[in-house]
Formats: sequence, structure tokens, C-alpha cells
Amino acid sequence: MKSLSKLSQRTWWIVGGVLVVIAALLPLLNISIPGVLPGATYTPGTLQLLALALLFASLALSYHLLFGTAGMLSFGHALYFALGAYGLGIVLHETELTLLPALGLTLAIVITAAYLLGSLSLRVTGISFAMVTLAFAQAGNVLVRRNPGITGGEEGLRLDTEHIPDFFIGVVNTRNLYWLALALLVVVFVVVAWFENSRAGHAVTATRENELRVRVLGLRPFGVKLMAFVIASVLASLVGMVHLLLQSGTTPRATSADFTLTILVIVVLGGVGSRWGAIVGGIIYTLLDQRLTALASSDAIDGLPAILRIPLSEPLFILGTLFILVVLFLPGGIAGAVQRLSTGTSLAPQKRQRLEEAE
Amino acid sequence: MSTIILLLITGLGLGALYFLVASGLSLIYGLMGVLNFAHGSFLTLGAFAGWELARRMDGSSWGTLIASLVLGMAVGAFVAAATEFLLIRRLYNRHIEQVLVTVGLALASVALFEGIWGTDAIYVTAPEWLSQTTEILGARVPNDRFLMIGAAVLVLLGIVAFLRYTRFGLIIRAGVENRSMVTALGIDVRKAFTVVFAIGGAAAGLGGVLASHYFGYVSPQLGGSLLIFAFIVTVIGGLGSLAGAAIASVVVAVLQQFANYFWGGTGDLMVVLLLAVVLLVRPTGILGKKA
Repeated sequence: MKSLSKLSQRTWWIVGGVLVVIAALLPLLNISIPGVLPGATYTPGTLQLLALALLFASLALSYHLLFGTAGMLSFGHALYFALGAYGLGIVLHETELTLLPALGLTLAIVITAAYLLGSLSLRVTGISFAMVTLAFAQAGNVLVRRNPGITGGEEGLRLDTEHIPDFFIGVVNTRNLYWLALALLVVVFVVVAWFENSRAGHAVTATRENELRVRVLGLRPFGVKLMAFVIASVLASLVGMVHLLLQSGTTPRATSADFTLTILVIVVLGGVGSRWGAIVGGIIYTLLDQRLTALASSDAIDGLPAILRIPLSEPLFILGTLFILVVLFLPGGIAGAVQRLSTGTSLAPQKRQRLEEAE
Repeated sequence: MSTIILLLITGLGLGALYFLVASGLSLIYGLMGVLNFAHGSFLTLGAFAGWELARRMDGSSWGTLIASLVLGMAVGAFVAAATEFLLIRRLYNRHIEQVLVTVGLALASVALFEGIWGTDAIYVTAPEWLSQTTEILGARVPNDRFLMIGAAVLVLLGIVAFLRYTRFGLIIRAGVENRSMVTALGIDVRKAFTVVFAIGGAAAGLGGVLASHYFGYVSPQLGGSLLIFAFIVTVIGGLGSLAGAAIASVVVAVLQQFANYFWGGTGDLMVVLLLAVVLLVRPTGILGKKA
């Protein structure tokens, strides 16, 4: 384990590439992991769950760009996910466009909305920014719920499959959607890595550390922050679109503040400031959520006395408690814990400090 | 004319609820820089405590109502103080992580409430007078609005008096101005943190019981839905400003009522629009001082 931290960046990319190839081969293999996956890896049910896990990993990565890299604590990230999902769903339903043009049109809408709302929200920083993004997301939630004619209201929006290629429709083709989700994860990862290593990325990281100093150096933080905001929003909307295809629809839950909090929980569980952490967090969260829900309705829980049964039958209670424990006792989340194990240090002080200064 | 009076007083009643939540949020933020996402849970718990008491006693008597209000306040204050003591204090000066802990607490507690009391709304009983109306200038105003407004005014006066005339109030006011200076003078500000949380929690708990009478029901989501408007109110009023929170509560709630009536249910959107305008014109809020 000692050598883990000494591996060069290139080695990490190769490891990542190998993992992607393995993940791509999963639908062709027959692997069963009892207790973690509901069935063998080639079955549609398992692939659906795995694709969902990959989507949450992508979504967490896009939020990592916002929170981990740029240090912007947004409580409205779900809005852009929902904009992608509802946008594509509504465009497909209301117009005669096929999938790709509809995707393009939705993207244009998302970019415009992210640009406008981003430039408005970025007038304030820190906690105020968090509340403003929350307010905008809430407005989105109200719009979706109040216009059942277009969005399906509380019932949710069903995917109109008329203009969608056949290989994305039906249970048999779940593996195509799985591959699509995997491809999206790779794209999101590359875009996030590229942005972080670009000049704008460096500027935005510097802004997170010390905005005043960046200003003194003659740079304008607003532009790069807005850029990070728009890129993160567009990536989130792409995840939303694939999510719409995967689930054959979307529900108002996608617009809720709880959904943003879920993404935040994933990123913090995985480890703030770590791309791998976000991915691992997304996958673990999805599997955990699914397993906990299964656990909640199992007979073992039913037989317990009320004082144990009630908390254990609420997956969100367990996840929330887990989240509090991670924040209190495991700064840096899973990624931080792995790093500490591999380097042998007891704490990662630099990471801790980074979080403090992020606000 | 009577419609306008009705909307105005209903708006004031709703604004009173917003203020009860926002006052605690604003005080806590002003002193400690913590945005408390668990504040809605304090409110919900207060509401459930009040309901549990009311169903064991005679729900339609005034004594029960007053007892449930007091119990709601006590429960809110206790849980808030415990939250500060057990969770927030450990993360002293790490603001983002403090916010994250309250987020986790909010998620976990709402799930727990759903486990205990179910997800459906539970209807509450109240003294008969509250469901009757009083005629003011031709408008038939439901009486519960007056209860809300009266309670909020009392809380506002109480907090102002506390801040002005007690030693803790002095420390809190000084701490909001410049916390490191107060610490440097050898005063233990951390006791004031617990006190501020307890006050905020008490106001939220009281707000919870009142909200259950305003809406006519309690549910695990009660706090969360009010919390978002309370956030908006604190931003519009200026973070950390009690007077700003009071003014903004009234403005937001009245605007909401009028927009809902005259522009076909657009109240929530108008509030967000107002927030956008305030941010464009004055990013620090009405009475906020620092960005």
C-alpha cells in the first residue's frame, strides 16, 4: 500500500482505463456478488442498477467540479439535472425532433439557463450563494409541480419513445443504456479532469483558496467561476437526460432540494476534492441505498422491537447518520481514508484546511 | 377592499411564521456563521410534540393550546441546544462542515419522523375560537392569524429585550459584531452559542405548533417547506440581522399572498423573483452589512 500515493498520474489513467474496459465487459459476463448485486451481471435488473450507479457517479463528479474544485457550495444542482431530464422529455413529447436534435435543443436551453442563473447567483458568495441556488431550485420544483399539463405534475413525466432509436428501448436493451451511462461517465471524467488542469481550472482553484489574492493578481474570479458553474450544470443536465432514458421517465423528486442534498452527501462520503472519491461515493451510495431499501422491508427488521425497527426501516435515516459520522470522524471521506492508509499519516491536514477556506 | 384586508392579515400571519423560523436562523448565522439546515426539524419536532400533548388532553381547550405551545418551545429549545452541544461544537470554526452536519441531521430526522408518525398529514384540533372569523372593515379574517401575529410580536420583543438588557444578550451582540475581539477579552463565547441555538430552537418549536394550527395539520415535511422560505427571508433581510428578518418576513409573506390571489397562484415564483431583484440591487440584503 505504501507505493499507492507514489504512482504517477499516467499510471492512474491506465488503471482507470482498465477499470472502464472491465466495466464495459460486465454485461457480457456472468458474475454474481450476493448481497451487493440483485443478480448476475448480465441480467437487465442488475445492469439497470449498475447504470444508475454510474449515473450517480457522473452526477457526483459534476458536483465535485462545483464544490470540490471551485469551492461553491450549491444547493441547487438538482435543478440542472432536472432541466436535462424534463427538458429532453418535454422536447421529445412536444416536437417531432429525433433524439440527437432534441438533445441539442435541450443543451442550448440548459446553457442559457445556467448562464443566466449562474451570473445572478454568483453575485453573492459562500452561504448566501448556497441559499440563492436553493431558492432557484425551489422555483423549478414549484414550476414542475404546478404545470401538470406539460411536466406531468406529481405523477412525473413518462418518456415518449416514438422518436427514440430502438436500441435504447425495452428491457432487453438495458445493456445499451448501461454502456451509454459508462460512456457518459468517461466523458464527464475527462471534461472535469481537463477543466481542472486548464488555466481556468487553476484560476478557479486559486479563487477557492483565496479570492482576494486572485483579484490582487489582476484576475477576475467571476468569469472562471461562472465557467465552472455552467460546465458543471451542463454535465449534470447530460446525466439527467441519460437518467430519463434509463428510467423511461422522471419524477418531481429530481427537482427537490433533497435530491441536491443527496448529491452533496455522495460527494462528501466519497471525499471532497477527489475525482475518484466522487465516483466511488456515487457507486457505493446507489448500491447502499438499494440494499438498505431491501433491508428495510426484510423479515429480519420486521421482527425487531419498535425502537430498533423504526430507525432501521428508514434508509435515509441510516444514510443521514452515516453522513454525520463521516463529517465528524472521517474528514476527506472514503478517498481521504484511503490516502491516509496508504501514506501512513493519521490525518490529511492540508485537505482539512482546504475545506475550511472553501467557504 | 375587504379582500385586500384579508390578504394583508393572512400575509402577516404567514409572515409571523416565517419570522419565527428566520429569527433563529439569522441569529445563529450572525453569531456563528452556521447555516442551520436542521432548523426545520426543530420546528417539525415542536409541532409533533404539541400535537402529541393535545391528543392526550382536551384538544379544544385553551389550556391545552397554551400547554402545547410551551411544550413545543421547550422541545425545540432542548433539541437545538443538544444539537449545538453534541454536533456543531465539535466542528468549531469549520463552517462548511457545520452546514454539512446540519444537512445530515435534517435528512436523518425527517426520515425518523416519517418512521414514527408516518408520511401522511395528521389533522390537529384547536379551540373553537381559532376556526371562527372576526370582521375587520368588512373582511372576515380567521382568528388564528391573530394568534400567529401576536406570538411573533411577543417573540420579537422578547429577543430584542433579551439582546438589549441581559449579559448574554450583550455578549451575543458583541459576538455578532466581532467574535474574535470578544474571545480576546476573555469571554467564553461558546456558552452564548448554546444559548443562541436554544433561543432559535424555542422560536422554531413555537412556530411549529403555530404552523400546525395555521395549516390545520402536522407532517414530517412541515419544517422543510417553511425552512426554504425562511432561508429566502434571511437573505432578503440581510444575514444576521433580526430587524431585517422581521421586515423581510412580512414583505415576502404579503407579496406571496397577493401574488397567489391576483396573479393566479404565482406566489412562490414572485418570492424567488423578489430575491433575484434584491440580489441584483443590493446583494447584502435589506439590512445586511457584510457580503
